[in-house]
Amino acid sequence: MSQLLLVVTIADERVALPAAAVEAVVELEALIPVPRAAPHVAGLSALRSRVLTVIDCMRALELGVTDCSDGIREAAVVEFDGHHYALIVDLVEDVVEAQSEPAPVRAAMAPGWERIAEGMVETEVGPLLLVDIAALVAGAEAKAA
Amino acid sequence: MDDLIADFVAECREMLEALGGEIVAWEAQPEDRARLDSIFRFVHTVKGNCGFFDFPRLEALSHAAEDALADVRAGRRHADGPMVTAVLAIIDRIGEMIAQIEAGDELLPGDDSGLILALEAGAEGPAPVAAVAEGPGKVASAPRTIRLSVELLDRVMSTVSDMVLARNELARRLRESPTDVPVDGAFERLSAIIADMRDAITRTRMQRIENLFVALPRMVRDLSAELGKQVLVDIDGGDVELDREMIEMIRDPLTHIVRNAVDHGIELPGERLKAGKREIGILSVSARQSGNQILIDIQDDGRGIDGRKLVEKAIASGTIDKAAADELSERDQLALIFEAGLSTAKKVTSISGRGVGMDVVRSNVERIGGIVEVDSTPGEGTRMTLRVPLTLTIIPALTVSIGGQHFAIPRSAIEEIVRATGESVTLEHLGGAGVATIRGRRIPEISLADILGLDSVVEEKDRNLIVLRPAGGDVYALSVDRIHDHEELVVKPAAPAIMATGLYAGTTLADDGSPILLFDPVGLADVGGVKLEVQERAARIAEGPAAAASKTTEVLLFRGLDGSRRALRLAVVDRIEEVAVEAVTRAAGQLRVQLGDRILPLAGVQEDQLRDGRVRLFRLNDGSQELAYAFKEVVDFATIEGDIIHSESPGEVSGVSLIRGEPAEIVDPHWLFARHVSEVVKTSDPLVCRIPGDDPWMQNMLRPIIEAAGYRVVGDDDTSEVDLVIASQGEQIPAEGASHTIWLRPEPESAGKKDDSIYRYDRAGLLMALKSAGRGK
Repeated sequence: MSQLLLVVTIADERVALPAAAVEAVVELEALIPVPRAAPHVAGLSALRSRVLTVIDCMRALELGVTDCSDGIREAAVVEFDGHHYALIVDLVEDVVEAQSEPAPVRAAMAPGWERIAEGMVETEVGPLLLVDIAALVAGAEAKAA
Repeated sequence: MDDLIADFVAECREMLEALGGEIVAWEAQPEDRARLDSIFRFVHTVKGNCGFFDFPRLEALSHAAEDALADVRAGRRHADGPMVTAVLAIIDRIGEMIAQIEAGDELLPGDDSGLILALEAGAEGPAPVAAVAEGPGKVASAPRTIRLSVELLDRVMSTVSDMVLARNELARRLRESPTDVPVDGAFERLSAIIADMRDAITRTRMQRIENLFVALPRMVRDLSAELGKQVLVDIDGGDVELDREMIEMIRDPLTHIVRNAVDHGIELPGERLKAGKREIGILSVSARQSGNQILIDIQDDGRGIDGRKLVEKAIASGTIDKAAADELSERDQLALIFEAGLSTAKKVTSISGRGVGMDVVRSNVERIGGIVEVDSTPGEGTRMTLRVPLTLTIIPALTVSIGGQHFAIPRSAIEEIVRATGESVTLEHLGGAGVATIRGRRIPEISLADILGLDSVVEEKDRNLIVLRPAGGDVYALSVDRIHDHEELVVKPAAPAIMATGLYAGTTLADDGSPILLFDPVGLADVGGVKLEVQERAARIAEGPAAAASKTTEVLLFRGLDGSRRALRLAVVDRIEEVAVEAVTRAAGQLRVQLGDRILPLAGVQEDQLRDGRVRLFRLNDGSQELAYAFKEVVDFATIEGDIIHSESPGEVSGVSLIRGEPAEIVDPHWLFARHVSEVVKTSDPLVCRIPGDDPWMQNMLRPIIEAAGYRVVGDDDTSEVDLVIASQGEQIPAEGASHTIWLRPEPESAGKKDDSIYRYDRAGLLMALKSAGRGK
């Protein structure tokens, strides 16, 4: 019954992604930039014969820019609305079981987190923020538009 | 038994789908035997099968309809409105029952006697009001088919796509390592097979858009009957093919737009009369292919959309504020129709306004990479245009690079490629905007580096210019650093965040497996600030001072449709045109192509070479006459410096010469004109012939022959000097003489020796007389 969660680190914070949505964890190599695209789109990459749209989670949260110049980055591959995305994270840690339903976080969060948080879930490693992948992929502009 | 029933259901459904449009068309033309037959065949099939399966209700219904239709076929009865309505009702009921059988439900006992009674001659029924303006004769026939699930087809498709990528990868590896001839040969064969297979599989996904249109006449008929309106549906372009998934994706938006047009667009008959229009509204739905897009126009001649009303509504609902509203152009005002929660309809009717608004239509169309445009004139009508991509799959593209990054451009939009330093190319900047002049034609120029905000590594003068003609737009030139290769790319839609830039049409993978972005030529022009509409088509601005005559002959180097490398003297090439293959027809003994309002003879092509959607042509001009010459691609400008080795016998190719170090065939324009336009009538100072203006036979049958012989034909109310008069025997003709007179007689035998008249169907004699009269001048 309980949901499996992938624990990742974004901007030094541990958060949870619904494991069911994550197809793979990959190490991205070459990134092809997309000129004129929204800033959180770090570029394109290929995974087998699929094109991945690479999302820089730091930028999607408006918390800074992930430095992609030093080569290999870890990323979680998710499918959303028919498209495949690679979410660049600092570190992929583990898969844990959710021990509660997502509950609202009642304290004030940073605006970036506020936008992408689906709620707080209890796990064996403590409470984690559950990330709404749709909001993460949409980036900062979607809200403003 | 279950299998048999499943087959029966599937067969019925197929026939029902095909029948939807037929039956309304039959109503418009009850004497159309072919349509009557196909409807009869359907009820007959149903009757035959359900007797076997024991569906008594179905049998009774189909039997009754069959009887009535048999009477019409035998001429015992006339297919009038009530009867068509009754047959429609029965076919609907049969459709419902078949759906029940398909779902595995028990067929409930019910009463169909009302429907059967309505079939009786003289029974009352609602009067039909919709009709289809479509010629007779086209009958949907059931081809031999099997049914496949779309998922399976998609799996095959994506496997083939991956196979193409694997092939490309292998090709790259083979190029890098030394291989021996047999390996290359085997690889070539494999490539060819994969290409064939990909073609075939792409085609399995293609469906005629007719499948989508076939339901419209019926829908409009029912809708207009419900609303008390009269609507004529005009459907065109049903043979355009589209990816089957696309067809499904545009079904709802199209239906919605058509419903809107009937409900809100077209007025009640009374209102129409008051507005000075015909009682019957016309709704035309047409599809056509333009480059790699399909354009579907839905046009009505109804009341149109009032942009100001939309703005008021939008302000009232808070969609936009007053200040922004004042700045909207007329086009932007109309575009408000796509905002959520706006409707100009005074009340929500059962037909439209059921929560599915134009905003949903737009988002559905944009989801598949399409665009919806609206254009409307209050009082005169509205036109909605859906632009959707042909397919989501494989397109030929050109890869280019800028600042080291590769991009792809769909080949269908590319008109030609020139070097910025080419001989007849100049590049100027006017107030910061680039203008390229290519062979006397001024074209807006934009730099890809500027659009993308990338640094170019190549000096402006060393770049290449790609002349693009996006679907529906006009040409512009795009300067890029380098041009790489023609490739067949498996294009997949890009993520929304990427599509939002408006620059890209999708993503793809290159040979080496790295992703490449595919440009959208229209988007590039938009972002680059090129105004596509304001230019005049094929504007040809005064040629600069003619280059000083030089000894060398300037030629245009190109590849013919058969792949041969050829050259044509530049002086005879007027311009380059691109037309749809449909514009080429075999008429009056040779291939001809329609260019605007002119029909020109077409050379350089065999009929079986015309397969692609577009064909590119040189327009050749000898000073007074024109000729079109088809080709595959322009290679470059060049000069003939070496000797020409003349061919043995006269023909299309007069000789061969080394151009740029490779042999090229020199096309002989004199031979082309001599061969293809010799029979075209000289327009200068034609002979004049007078024939009676009120004689229909003369005007309709004889006149074309006279004109073909080079005469200008006038009626007998024109009393000016003429060269020839033609009249029927025994008729009085105006006294003022003509140099020649030809008398025609209606009977083959002549009346006597002195009778020098000509039998009017003696074609040879007539032509001879026309010729000798012409010589007499």
